[in-house]
Amino acid sequence: MPDLLIELFSEEIPARMQARAADDLKKLVTNGLVEAGLTYASAAAFSTPRRLTLTIEGMLDASPSITEERKGPKADAPEKAIEGFLRGAGLTRDQLEKRETPKGNILFAMIKKPGRPAAEIVAEVLETTIRNFPWPKSMRWGTGSLRWVRPLHSILCILSAEDGAQVVPMNVDGIEAGATTRGHRFLAPDTITVSNFDDYAAKLKRAFVVLDPAERRDAIWHDATNMAFANGFEVVEDAGLLAEVAGLVEWPVVLMGRIGDAFLDLPPEVLQTSMKEHQKFFSVRNPKTGRIERFVTVANRTTADDGATILAGNEKVLSARLSDAKFFWENDLRIAKSDAGMQTWVDRLSNVTFHNKLGTQAELISRMEALAGELAPMVGADADEAREAARFAKADLSSEMVYEFPELQGLMGSYYAQAAGKSEAIAAAAQDHYAPLGPSDDVPTAPVSVAVALAEKIDKLTGFWAIDEKPTGSKDPFALRRAALGVIRILVENDLKLLLWGRLNSGFHEHFTRDQSMKIADSDEVFDKAIKALNLSPKTEQNIRRRISDDHREKAKAYLDGFRFVNTDDGMGKLVDTKTGETISDETLILEEDDLLSFLHDRLKVYLKDQGVRHDIIDACIAMEGNDDLTLLVKRAKALSETLKTDDGENLIQGFKRANNILSQAEEADGVEYSYGADIKFAETDEERALFAALDAAEAKINPAMAAQDFTDAMSAMASLRGPIDAFFDAVQVNSDNSTVRRNRLNLLSRIRTICSSVADLTKIDG
Amino acid sequence: MSDPVQRPRSFQEIILALQTYWARQGCAILQPYDMEVGAGTFHPATTLRSLGTNPWAAAYVQPSRRPTDGRYGENPNRLQHYYQYQVLIKPSPPNLQELYLGSLQAIGIDMALHDIRFVEDDWESPTLGAWGLGWEVWCDGMEVSQFTYFQQVGGHDCHPVSGELTYGLERLAMYVLGVDHVMDMPFNSPDAPIPLTYGDIFKQTEEEFARWNFDVANTEVLLDHFVEAENECNAILSQDALDPKTGKRIIMAHPAYDQCIKASHIFNLLDARGVISVTERQAYIGRVRTLAKACADAFVQTRAGGWTEDAA
Repeated sequence: MPDLLIELFSEEIPARMQARAADDLKKLVTNGLVEAGLTYASAAAFSTPRRLTLTIEGMLDASPSITEERKGPKADAPEKAIEGFLRGAGLTRDQLEKRETPKGNILFAMIKKPGRPAAEIVAEVLETTIRNFPWPKSMRWGTGSLRWVRPLHSILCILSAEDGAQVVPMNVDGIEAGATTRGHRFLAPDTITVSNFDDYAAKLKRAFVVLDPAERRDAIWHDATNMAFANGFEVVEDAGLLAEVAGLVEWPVVLMGRIGDAFLDLPPEVLQTSMKEHQKFFSVRNPKTGRIERFVTVANRTTADDGATILAGNEKVLSARLSDAKFFWENDLRIAKSDAGMQTWVDRLSNVTFHNKLGTQAELISRMEALAGELAPMVGADADEAREAARFAKADLSSEMVYEFPELQGLMGSYYAQAAGKSEAIAAAAQDHYAPLGPSDDVPTAPVSVAVALAEKIDKLTGFWAIDEKPTGSKDPFALRRAALGVIRILVENDLKLLLWGRLNSGFHEHFTRDQSMKIADSDEVFDKAIKALNLSPKTEQNIRRRISDDHREKAKAYLDGFRFVNTDDGMGKLVDTKTGETISDETLILEEDDLLSFLHDRLKVYLKDQGVRHDIIDACIAMEGNDDLTLLVKRAKALSETLKTDDGENLIQGFKRANNILSQAEEADGVEYSYGADIKFAETDEERALFAALDAAEAKINPAMAAQDFTDAMSAMASLRGPIDAFFDAVQVNSDNSTVRRNRLNLLSRIRTICSSVADLTKIDG
Repeated sequence: MSDPVQRPRSFQEIILALQTYWARQGCAILQPYDMEVGAGTFHPATTLRSLGTNPWAAAYVQPSRRPTDGRYGENPNRLQHYYQYQVLIKPSPPNLQELYLGSLQAIGIDMALHDIRFVEDDWESPTLGAWGLGWEVWCDGMEVSQFTYFQQVGGHDCHPVSGELTYGLERLAMYVLGVDHVMDMPFNSPDAPIPLTYGDIFKQTEEEFARWNFDVANTEVLLDHFVEAENECNAILSQDALDPKTGKRIIMAHPAYDQCIKASHIFNLLDARGVISVTERQAYIGRVRTLAKACADAFVQTRAGGWTEDAA
């Protein structure tokens, strides 16, 4: 049973691709071998910046020979048919077997497929793997046509057994497989010949290469934490950074350095981000001061001066980086604290496009301001404070720090708002209004943050709906599903009652009102078309472009997009489709709104499904009035879900459906609606009378419970009908020969329907 | 690589060491291109010569201008005018990484004491319609060079592939010389009768250009120039290949490309003046790219671009 060792040695592989590539190598090679009949005992793959390695132990030395049985024609079939069969099987007539079967004498061919030596199969599989390797990005180099992540320099491929190692003969685009590799680029660059995996791993270690990324990771973390601890510090954990750093070195050497005193007052997030993004440094905290005061860097080598030169260089680079950060921070603070303050940044955002059909960031902010003010009283926030928070929530996008580190948006806004003397609620909203960023991210809870966060998301949803950029299939470039889930979670998790219907409408109105109307039809290309159509000389065209007023520009765009803006008596103006002459009316808005609400409902289904609420239950609740109050909708759905888990609840559905079916059939047959006038005096049986009583009792409970939106009470009252309804159906024939009795009973069923339907549309429940 | 490591003492010594080193590796040592460019890549010796099948090996210093990076000479390492050292070899030799490391040694970086790393950094130039894969090279955590295998230029697949090395000379030199502020860096020998620092030469120009770039440059004139360059580029390329005067086949890829370079630089100036919105930005970049692609299309129809009578 030989072992197989493969190493693909290349120029530096991006750290983020290494782990996946090692897995892919293992999967592709082992699958290929097994498919060809070469089974094995175990396999493992490793990666370093310069190599992908696969070791396979206990592999067959050849694929087993197999005999394939093929059924042919009958022995007495025409000669031509038999000849055809022989050709296909590659045999002669005397090699066929004749067997008696219930269908007569049939000819069988036994085709022998001889096994193939492992080396032959390995060479084929490895070449296919190399040529079809699923790198996220690959390249060519020199004059060749082979693609690899970076130039591939050598292939080590040996089969080793007790009696020695054998190179698998193969050649991929001029690279001949061998039994050699190289050690560390600087510490041991010479060629190493290896005979098996253990020999390989041991020799690599002597040549300053730790093959296993997990071992490198552990060593880095161990050394870093020890070094920090010995100096009274602690390393800030960062698993992603650790994995990345382990992918940048073959021989990790941990070094700890100082952060200059001048930079210790920068916000810790700025220090951390700058060190991590630019330098791949770990942050090291002083637990006494709580500040980040040191850093850990991981070099790829030992040196005669124990890393002193390397550390000095790294400290110098960090100083330059942090000087930049400090410069940004101080400039930003100066603006935030100036008389004009953060408004300076908001004004600058009028030069920054949010989306070319939805206007600038500044326009987005003014829409958010209006919406946040409107939402404020509904979420318990002060309207003026919410408006101010919305106005400054995105101001930091103009700051130098966020320009340099976009991932600090929001956080910097919050620091700057504090510096500018804004209220804490406003500062918090600058950071929190982006939340939740994912299903596990916390939702904002402070009222002002909630108002701004909702305003941001509703504006986004209505805006992209208005320009018909809705998510389709897997495409959601503007993260609208995330925005919708954000709206849902903010409302439900804060237990907020908000009628979305009106709010979405406000959102759309913000987009369609006078100032925004043209933006919807906006597009520079359209404007270009208009100018081109005039066939001007380039010089004149340039002059026009430059001198034309914004107003003209907007009108030209709107006109060419097929819309015209018409002034109206009320001064609001309206948008008219120039082709049809139709006004873009409120109905258009309502249709969009309806569609958007359905989208939110779909997201809500996903959200509730994760919480174990069945999709038909949600449908039954969405079908009810007031479905634009998502918090109410969720309460209703959860109560119904709980009720249906009880025995009574489950069986009530059966009773309800039976009542509803009988009633619907009768109503269809009779052409009338039985909805009124069930009278206990026509009741003939005890069960019938008991049902009357039960319905009266349930109604007395359900109506006030529903009015108080206490779905649990309402539904338990509804579930209590299960017994009387079942008893009624067991004992009573609805379709009595007596037409008065029959009508009375149908009216009674109608009461069941009415009462149950006041809680949810139970016809939508499965089963 | 066997040269004894000698620590250079001035900016120009580092440049001279690189020139000597790459000359010894067989590169043609070219002179800077005589136009304003944002990076050494814009030199036709890189952009155009990376196209087509003809082998090529060139190295040169290229003064580069990035108006938005101007800091009035105050920032320790940001400049609106700086120098790049550029090497382009086609096809990329198998030992290009070793050759590159040799160049660091040649300028006095002791390989036994420093930590050199190749960190993923893919290169893309939307204005040139070009991209490649490679790394930024780190020396003790500092980026000292870009190392790129060109995959596409001007919309054309590179075949063979060129290897491109770009050194940011000021930053590299400051590191080697142990200088903290670029303006303090010795430009010529500190022992020269008239020793000059980088600041003696460039502090004033950085101030002057920063003011002009940010606040004074006439945007109306620049907008005109942009359109003029664009029109001229297109006009040049629309000419018949056959020159009626000489009767020769003369495709004017280089004159057209000059106009493309011009448009690109004007766009950078307009950007620094803050008159280009985010949406417009994309449109302008797209317009320059269209020019670059047209120039690349033209170049591959020339002899230097691999065109031959036989193939045609």
